[in-house]
Amino acid sequence: MNTETKKLRVATTSLAGCFGCHMSFLDIDERLLDLLQRVEFDRSPLTDIKHCGPCDIGIVEGGLCNAENVHVLREFRANCKILIAIGACAINGGLPAQRNHLALATILEEVYHAQHGLVAGFIPNDPELPLPLDKVHPIHEVVKVDYFIPGCPPSADAIWKVLTDLLSGREPELGHGLIHYD
Amino acid sequence: MSQNNTFTLDGKTVPFTDGQTIIQAAMAAGVYIPHLCFNPEFKPHGSCKLCTVKANGRQTSSCTQHPLPDMRVESDTPEINDERRALLQMLFVEGNHFCPSCEKSGNCQLQATAYELKMMSPHFDQFFPDRPLDASHPEYLLDYNRCILCSLCVRASIDVDGKNVFALSGRGIKSHLIVNAKSGRLADTDFSGDDKAAHVCPVGVILKKRVGFATPIGQRTFDEQPISATPHPTVKGA
Repeated sequence: MNTETKKLRVATTSLAGCFGCHMSFLDIDERLLDLLQRVEFDRSPLTDIKHCGPCDIGIVEGGLCNAENVHVLREFRANCKILIAIGACAINGGLPAQRNHLALATILEEVYHAQHGLVAGFIPNDPELPLPLDKVHPIHEVVKVDYFIPGCPPSADAIWKVLTDLLSGREPELGHGLIHYD
Repeated sequence: MSQNNTFTLDGKTVPFTDGQTIIQAAMAAGVYIPHLCFNPEFKPHGSCKLCTVKANGRQTSSCTQHPLPDMRVESDTPEINDERRALLQMLFVEGNHFCPSCEKSGNCQLQATAYELKMMSPHFDQFFPDRPLDASHPEYLLDYNRCILCSLCVRASIDVDGKNVFALSGRGIKSHLIVNAKSGRLADTDFSGDDKAAHVCPVGVILKKRVGFATPIGQRTFDEQPISATPHPTVKGA
């Protein structure tokens, strides 16, 4: 009889984030080897797989700042049984959302055209570029999110706690010192 | 029947003296009831509703409600904590609470209370209101993005400082903090860093300039212990 438990499939992505949450995830260090005994990665910057297949857990870093972010998020939601928002940006928009007080046109004009030192600058308009959203949004405003790991970034211990809770079939819970918004 | 000046709080017997409110008696007995607009040094305001408890089955603000002998008070229950968490979530989405860039992070009562009540997400849609900050004063900064309308600075300025620097203006969702100057700028008021009002903000609105990160993030009051274990919400470095 085959007693080996089937590995859970995990996908990760960074939308409007800085990959800091992924770096913090890698900070679980040698525990990554334990994790790999129990999970295998689908779409993730770690595997370079470009599209997400059916997964047990999807981990989304970053908020939504452009149309492509929304497509990727919906792909994750459609394929992942459990979706986790990781980090301040995914949870409340975070740093990218600090632009929400400014008109998008003003920002593009300033960054690509009017800023001092730009010579013959123009606002990029290549059809391959995803269109920016008017405002940056946290991901729970677009899809149902099952669990949240707050922090900027959350500590490796917080990420490890949530993942091991889930892998053991427990409801994830972060106590004092692990739940942080900064 | 003998006069028994005790009530039960989550089953624990708590003594009280005449004039004490439920939260004051609970604090004296070392029992934490979540709160934001309450500060033991000031008259209660009863506005944030975080300290809501059930007293003999009815919801009431424990900062304004006086206990009665043998009153049965419930506080730390899943039902009440769920409602407190929803209140916190509404406070978070109504303002711009971007903790990673806030000097008050780790010393902030809103944040610490949200940790205490395990607020994992803001749940609601963000308002992203536009609230420009006021850096006009040479010593102090006002970052209105984080105001939760607790009115502690208003009360401190009037009741303790004998001034009238701060006020809440507008109604409902348009309520906001203002300063008493025609220009609307703190620099044009008689505000001083020696005022009590400069030191009571539970969040990161009234900030002393040039000391923001003197204590590194990670070594601050509520990094070291949860707010429920901090006897009085006096904040380090405030």
